[in-house]
Amino acid sequence: MTKIIEPKKQRNIFSRPSSEEGVWSWITTVDHKRIGIMYGYAAFFFLLVGGLEALLLRIQLSQPDNNFLSAAEYNAMFTMHGTTMIFLAIMPISAAFFNYLLPLQIGARDVAFPRLNALSFWIFIAGGLFLYSTFLFGTAGAPEGGYLAEEVSRLASAPNGGWFGYQPNAGLKYSPGTAMDYWAIGLQILGIASLVSAFNFITTILNMRTKGMRLMRMPVFTWMTFAVSFLLAFSLPIIAIALFFVTFDRQFGTTFFLTEGGGDPVLWQHLFWLFGHPEVYILILPAFGIVSEVLPTFSRKPLFGYPAIVFAGFGIAFIGFGVWAHHMFASAISPVAQAGFGLSTMIIAVPTGVKIFNWLGTIWGGRLTLNTPMLFALGFIGMFVIGGLSGVTHSVVPADTQQTDTYYIVAHFHYVLFGGALFGIFSGLYFWFPKVWGRMYNETMGKIHFWLMIIGFNLTFGPMHWLGLQGQVRRTWVYAEETNLGFWNLIVTIGAFILAIATLVFMANWIYSRRKGEVSPFDPWDARTIEWSIPSPTPVWNFSKAPEVKSLDDFWHQKYGEDEDGRAVRREGTDELLLQLEEEGLNPKEEIHLPSPSYFPVIMAFGLPFLGYAIIYKSIPLALIGVIMLLIGGFGWGTEPLEEEFESSEEEPESGESKNYE
Amino acid sequence: MHIKKFLKPKNFILCSFLFITACIEDAPLDSLSPAGPYARTIDELFWLTFWIAVVIFFIVQGALLFSVFYFKDSPDKPEPKQIHGNNFLEILWTIIPVIILASIAVPTVRTIFDLAREPDDALKIEVIGHQWWFEYKYPDYGITTANVLVIPEDTPIRLEMWSNDVLHNYWVPKLNGKRYLVPGQKTYLNLHADNAEEFWAQCGEYCGLSHSKMRGRVLSMSESDFDAWVINEQKNADNKLSEGSLAYEGQQVYLNAGCTQCHVIGGVWDVQGERIAPNLTHFANRNVFAGAALKNNSENLTKWLANPAELKPGTFMPNLELTEREIEALIEYLGTLK
Repeated sequence: MTKIIEPKKQRNIFSRPSSEEGVWSWITTVDHKRIGIMYGYAAFFFLLVGGLEALLLRIQLSQPDNNFLSAAEYNAMFTMHGTTMIFLAIMPISAAFFNYLLPLQIGARDVAFPRLNALSFWIFIAGGLFLYSTFLFGTAGAPEGGYLAEEVSRLASAPNGGWFGYQPNAGLKYSPGTAMDYWAIGLQILGIASLVSAFNFITTILNMRTKGMRLMRMPVFTWMTFAVSFLLAFSLPIIAIALFFVTFDRQFGTTFFLTEGGGDPVLWQHLFWLFGHPEVYILILPAFGIVSEVLPTFSRKPLFGYPAIVFAGFGIAFIGFGVWAHHMFASAISPVAQAGFGLSTMIIAVPTGVKIFNWLGTIWGGRLTLNTPMLFALGFIGMFVIGGLSGVTHSVVPADTQQTDTYYIVAHFHYVLFGGALFGIFSGLYFWFPKVWGRMYNETMGKIHFWLMIIGFNLTFGPMHWLGLQGQVRRTWVYAEETNLGFWNLIVTIGAFILAIATLVFMANWIYSRRKGEVSPFDPWDARTIEWSIPSPTPVWNFSKAPEVKSLDDFWHQKYGEDEDGRAVRREGTDELLLQLEEEGLNPKEEIHLPSPSYFPVIMAFGLPFLGYAIIYKSIPLALIGVIMLLIGGFGWGTEPLEEEFESSEEEPESGESKNYE
Repeated sequence: MHIKKFLKPKNFILCSFLFITACIEDAPLDSLSPAGPYARTIDELFWLTFWIAVVIFFIVQGALLFSVFYFKDSPDKPEPKQIHGNNFLEILWTIIPVIILASIAVPTVRTIFDLAREPDDALKIEVIGHQWWFEYKYPDYGITTANVLVIPEDTPIRLEMWSNDVLHNYWVPKLNGKRYLVPGQKTYLNLHADNAEEFWAQCGEYCGLSHSKMRGRVLSMSESDFDAWVINEQKNADNKLSEGSLAYEGQQVYLNAGCTQCHVIGGVWDVQGERIAPNLTHFANRNVFAGAALKNNSENLTKWLANPAELKPGTFMPNLELTEREIEALIEYLGTLK
């Protein structure tokens, strides 16, 4: 029935995987859509884990001098909460969007390097599992010479130096045991995953755009993917070097960050935040991209100031490399540096503001459909503005020396990363739900989710502003009753549980709608970009023939013209066009060559954790297993033909050639 | 839907003001109740920024909510005009934020340098960070103490700070912002308290297991009280306890149970060189102990001496397996260290 051409079987280290359904078809897939879906589910799983960790933290803090968690457990929980949410939840959930949508938005059949894409996903899984295996194998304890009243529980056997891993506290002397090694090496592995996908996306965007898809016709989400990929490519090497330093300090006795050996703990702060600040934009720019797609669609207007939004995005990405020391205003830096970084931090507010005003310009004068994705996008603007404004108060260096290391900061970055990034992500999850599954989500449950979330969110993170200004310090296991911070902490904890309920509503909606949701038409939103011009769920071949793009928001312009007042008018024959598009999308006329599945990315990816364990436990056998897996993966990958020979190709392969394989 | 009512502009503004006035009364670590010129300068700068932010907040959220209610879809609405952008507006909303930010930037930069300048005739005090307590040295007076920083009122103080182990962050919210304590280099912070008052301090930077219990007190007192305090601190502990008294017994515990490994008591056990634990010479004059996490009373001391790690996880003070009698005697002795 379909015109996909079956590749001929050939022999390699392993024969080419052939299952089209079932677990193995997913494990060996190189289809960007399947990889995107797997990225999404895995990241959401870690989001739930990180959320559970946060709930434990909130129970502990719900009253002063509480003893629900021990100090060691609390420290491990906040470290894992931060690390998980950033590296295992928000980043990969953005990667899920990149993977699924990028080829669709630029009219490509897949990404530039499909197997590399699979490698990136499996390295992420391997790194996440490696990091979390600390709960099984890791050890932690009091600093050298210190005493603990109780044994270290499994819950406390996780990394406990903070997601920022400040040295020398996260060094061997003050954080003995292996837990911080799991952290350092785990992040190293996860970094490889992100680097691999960054180069893949950059190449894809530069080379795989369909006919007529000029750069300035690309959807904003694609632009933001492009910006994020550059941020990843330039910032991850910095943290990779810094993490190597940490691993060397801990494992091999170097003293990069140890004063007694001539090292410098402030160097770690610089290196970490030189990565860490661009990282913030890595987390938020994808959400900028998502809302820039959602707002115009449900306002029935083009994005206001498309070039301004694109350039502001790149401006933010660029300036984002020049503001890192605003995380260190209270640290050992000079007044000149404080002034310089204070000013650069103020400057970055300008392009951010430009984006917000343009989004407002987009909805202004529109015809707003207030469904779930739109509500989340509007909520995103409202919440992100609060996070942005509190961010400006940090650029006022003297004020920041009061705010830094308090819950005011916690409030600020949760408004940016939860109210911003995560609201944007939820908006996108609802928006593209029909595209991915071919069914509609339940609108009522979606709205309940939104309202619970925005109430719970503000109840959780709003009070943190004045809790911080009035003296609650971050990363503190207990606070004294005399600080009078108990009441609002209780409110915050209640808010956190409302957020948990909201998440359950979201999951229920997802599970229900995935199976029983109304079947969705392929263009349910009367949308603008070309991914909506193909059937839902997206056919395995994406576009039955490469589309030709004539303008920005090409699909919209196929459907709508403008009258003399500049109002949108539906073109005649649009209904027929849509029927024709669906018909063509489902029945490709050309032969379609899809990248073939492969075992090798998985094998290669799972070699890395073995190398990690080998470093921690100084074990040569484990190192050998890791190296062998990498070699098998790399060698098999290298010898696996790029293009399969196809049975129905016009030329039969020469017999001599096929003998080599048989 | 009644939730939407909450989002009506009037109600929303009302609620926002409720949030602003939600401040906590009597918070000892309150950075919004400055009690000295440094903290006051910062406070003024914060409120300047805050009110500018509030204005922008209401403009943006107002525009957002207005759009949501005014441009909401209804069946009789015509298709919207397809406006792609407006260069004039783009320039406008680039320039205006720049001007607003510049108006914040000027006082910010000036204040940065003002706060960093060493005040004339300042009293110099050294602050040394340890896991998990602050040590204070007065080089001009030859005094070493811990947990409670004593300063004269209405006098500029110059703190010279470093850490003995990991990064710490010294914070007395009512007197100034934070400054890190870094191993291997010195950082500086100025304090200045208007009146005689007790302030709270707290370590800001995560510094390991008992970071939350690394607290402090700053006691500012009148010039004459301060002078008297200095004279008293410079004395050694009374070494002539009557034999057979409980305090004498306690002193013997101090000398023999292992306390002297880490703790100095001037005149009783002064050894040269650094000790990793607080100097106890005038212990009874300090109202807090154990990194200022505990009030100095016999109940807390009993618990602490029985098992320090129970109260302060990770502490370097071992459980010396003291008997009840020994603990009682030791507490009696510590009470004499005035």
